[in-house]
Amino acid sequence: MNILTEEIQFGGTSLTLTNQRVIYWKSEETLVLSDVHIGKTAHFRQHGIAISDGILHKDLQRLTALIHHFLPKKLVVVGDLFHAEYNSNITEFKEWLTDYIELDKILVKGNHDRIHSIVSEELNFTVVHKLKIQNITFKHDVDHADENEFIISGHIHPGVKLKTCGKQYLKLPCYYVNSTELILPAFSLFTGLNTNFDIEKGSIYAFDDDIIFKAK
Amino acid sequence: MRKLEETSGYQIIEDWMASKSFSPFDFQLKAWKKYANNYSGLVVAPTGFGKTYSMFLAVVIDYLNNPNYYKKGCKLLWISPLRSLAKDLQKAMQTAIDEIGLDWVASVRNGDTPQNIRRQQERKMPDILLTTPETMHLLFTQKNNSRWFKNVQCVVVDEWHELLSTKRGVLTELAVARIRSLSKNVRIWGISATIGNLEEAKEVLIPYSDVKTTIITSKEKKKLKIVSLLPDEVEVLPWAGHLGAHMIKKVLPKIYENTTTLIFTNTRSQSELWYQLLLDSDPDLAGQIAIHHGSIDKKLRNWIEDAINDQLLKAVVCTSSLDLGVDFKPVDCVIQIGSAKGIARFIQRAGRSGHSPYEVSKVYCLPTHSLQLIEVSALKEAVKRKDVESRTPVVLPYDVLVQFLVSLAVGEGFDETKTFALLQQTHAYSQLSVEDFKWAMLFITKGGNTLKTYEEFHKVVFDEESQLYKVTSRRISMLHRMNVGAIVSDAMLKVRFMKGGFVGMIEEYFISKLKNGTPFVLAGRVLEIVHIKEMTVFVRKSSSKKAITPSWKGGRLPLTSYLSHYLRLKLNDALEPGIRERELKFLNPLLTAQNSNSHIPKSDEFLVEKIKTREGFHLFFYPFEGRLVHEIMASLIAYRISKIKPITFTIAMNDYGFDLLSDQEIPVDELNIKEILSKENLMQDAIASVNASEMANRKFRDIAVIAGLVVQSQPGKRKTNKSLQSSSGLIFRVLEDHEPNNLLVRQAYTEVFNEQLEEARLQEAFQRIAKSKIILKEASGYTPLSFPIKVDSLRDTMSNEKLIDRVKRLQNQHYKLIQ
Repeated sequence: MNILTEEIQFGGTSLTLTNQRVIYWKSEETLVLSDVHIGKTAHFRQHGIAISDGILHKDLQRLTALIHHFLPKKLVVVGDLFHAEYNSNITEFKEWLTDYIELDKILVKGNHDRIHSIVSEELNFTVVHKLKIQNITFKHDVDHADENEFIISGHIHPGVKLKTCGKQYLKLPCYYVNSTELILPAFSLFTGLNTNFDIEKGSIYAFDDDIIFKAK
Repeated sequence: MRKLEETSGYQIIEDWMASKSFSPFDFQLKAWKKYANNYSGLVVAPTGFGKTYSMFLAVVIDYLNNPNYYKKGCKLLWISPLRSLAKDLQKAMQTAIDEIGLDWVASVRNGDTPQNIRRQQERKMPDILLTTPETMHLLFTQKNNSRWFKNVQCVVVDEWHELLSTKRGVLTELAVARIRSLSKNVRIWGISATIGNLEEAKEVLIPYSDVKTTIITSKEKKKLKIVSLLPDEVEVLPWAGHLGAHMIKKVLPKIYENTTTLIFTNTRSQSELWYQLLLDSDPDLAGQIAIHHGSIDKKLRNWIEDAINDQLLKAVVCTSSLDLGVDFKPVDCVIQIGSAKGIARFIQRAGRSGHSPYEVSKVYCLPTHSLQLIEVSALKEAVKRKDVESRTPVVLPYDVLVQFLVSLAVGEGFDETKTFALLQQTHAYSQLSVEDFKWAMLFITKGGNTLKTYEEFHKVVFDEESQLYKVTSRRISMLHRMNVGAIVSDAMLKVRFMKGGFVGMIEEYFISKLKNGTPFVLAGRVLEIVHIKEMTVFVRKSSSKKAITPSWKGGRLPLTSYLSHYLRLKLNDALEPGIRERELKFLNPLLTAQNSNSHIPKSDEFLVEKIKTREGFHLFFYPFEGRLVHEIMASLIAYRISKIKPITFTIAMNDYGFDLLSDQEIPVDELNIKEILSKENLMQDAIASVNASEMANRKFRDIAVIAGLVVQSQPGKRKTNKSLQSSSGLIFRVLEDHEPNNLLVRQAYTEVFNEQLEEARLQEAFQRIAKSKIILKEASGYTPLSFPIKVDSLRDTMSNEKLIDRVKRLQNQHYKLIQ
């Protein structure tokens, strides 16, 4: 796994974007990610759609590697940590978490996170609707931003489509950043890309396995 | 044995026919006799000659002669591909039954049948049930469904030629096999139009060695008159584009000359455009013309069909939605806009006019671009020689297999051994191996091969008590019922007015690109979106003059190989047209332009054009083999070039040729072109290139839906199953990564090969190229041959570059972000 980074300034602080779908906030020793959708593969299987857990294992392996690389003290999930109901995936996640008892874990609740009590009690996540650290507010989905608010969110699974000479198209996952807003890509690989959102006023950082670059 | 003509059953029917001043056609009589003698088989007759009566009355006569043989419940099962057919057939049958004085009931059951009628049918099955392949399989998912079929004496599959080469045909084969397992002596009959492989068509429907079979062909022939509508000057016809709007002036007089005209277009969006064009150019037509296609609300469609019969309409703009079946007596003229794409389809459409026997079918061809004129000329030739395409049956579709097994499990449950035997009896699964069947069983019970990664998957479970495989979860049963069938469309949204009243259906993909208030056209009306809620688009009328026409993704038909063969012949003659070749003579100036800018390939030449434009570097090839073959050829040649240097191509093709477009200079010259087009290592390279392209991924779209891996959202339904939404592309990637032996993934690749890469045809094409003189021309701009490919085409990508290299190069170029 190749961890590539790109430094940006946001809300008066320096953030590290990675091509592995997480942000590292160095001064706060915090790893930020969104839309992990744990439980999605099992949810599909329970409804008769055979999706292997291999994809969940890969997501967790990636997260392990990122934690070992950045050595954060805090983990912030900006919503949709879970996909649906309690199922075998969550048991597996719980086991994985036993290696990270020291880590301060916070879940900013997303639209999919409906299993509140289990999360907080069994998995040692602090669950909040909105989180503020220094200048920065974490919120799953942004409907409106107050003035002078700097918001990091997830939810939309942002992607970008590039068209070049020769009518070639590339579709890549990305971060969207403007002066007050930063949108995270979905962490799980079992998610699609949404290229239909307003990018007028901001920058796009697109990435893939071996590259991260400012596309706009 | 008594002669049929002497039986009382026959007498009753003959008297009844005489009372309406009909007498049976030869082929009808023959069919009745064969049926009485316990035969199964195929009836082949042109539309308008009473194909329906050939089978329906066969059963009635047999019943009248042997009433004790027929038990209570459903006696005749009538399966037809189109819902719209059923209604008219049912009416005709019920009228006949009543007039003859039988106490039978004929009733329709399909997706449009209301709940209360369904329940009524389930309590007491009608004597004749008219239904579709999908509904048959839905019936199989009901509890205790076998009781409904145990007294079926005859299964008739109407329009079998339409089903034969599709997965719906496989659904039909499976339905027939299951009925046979429930009612031992059932007779199986197909009704078909003329196709190239009738004998095979019969074998596919009735592959049972213990059944006597026959083919009954009517001697009656339909007369066909084909006229092309030409503009006054050749320059008026564009080189490309698929609108043909400039020709409207030629169409209007034809509408007025005839009683009712059907105007066939190839796509739904083209029909919307033409409807608007007709209204704009002649406002008097308002109220006298209508538009009919698959995305228009069924009530409206029914109304239109009735209105045609009642002579209320002068013209109807339609798509293949009106290709089949229904008898429209008043229709006396057909206009085909653009290419009909195939000889059989063209004849079928033409047959919509002059429907009654002995009338002449009149059809006008209206080319939408210049090269289509050559096609009209090719069509005429093919019709003259009575050369009609074959339809290749589908074999071993694992997606349909998986669906069928789950359907049985949802219904009554199934026994593994018996079901395997039943499958092997069908044509589609006669080659099904034990291993593959075991895989399918594993897939529906355990999820996949890899242990421990499919916990909590219990789609189908083994029930110890009954010793059958069953689905026990109500939710899984419900999801499965929603997904039964083999017609896959994009997520569709219902469109309705704020005040109520449905307009039709529209693809989610199209709507997602529109903002509230943007005017668009549907069902011939200009509308604007008010808001979207739960798979329904609420709209109101818009007064805007300009509006966007929706695109529906499905329904692009490739040219058939037969037609492309005739096309090559005609192109060869194009520079020196014969006296009676009106179309070719007309085209002459344009072809001369092609000749002076570049070249016109003779039959012993193969033309390649190298053109640099603002878009990038193009390489055009003209094999005239039809789009499907071109897709394979293009990716194969792209693959060979990419072995010279890492390169990314955008591939475009139409029925005449294909285009390789790159952002880099393409390393092809006089020296290596021969090698690039060589017939050596053909299959190896073809396989490698298919693996490198996105073709299999695209095929997987349908497979994933049919096999139940992607849940289709139901238009207008509240439940959208949002938490189960995923794309087939995502599932394809997951399966390739984690379950490489999945047969559904393998099927995606085999479908590319079976449907597009007929080895023989590819070999033949390359052999012809090898014998030809290859002519590589550099042109300074698009030529008459290349332009249509640039404009009217589907696109693919093929790349052997690392993504990182593409991105690095992209950073040095101009690129655009697309939203």
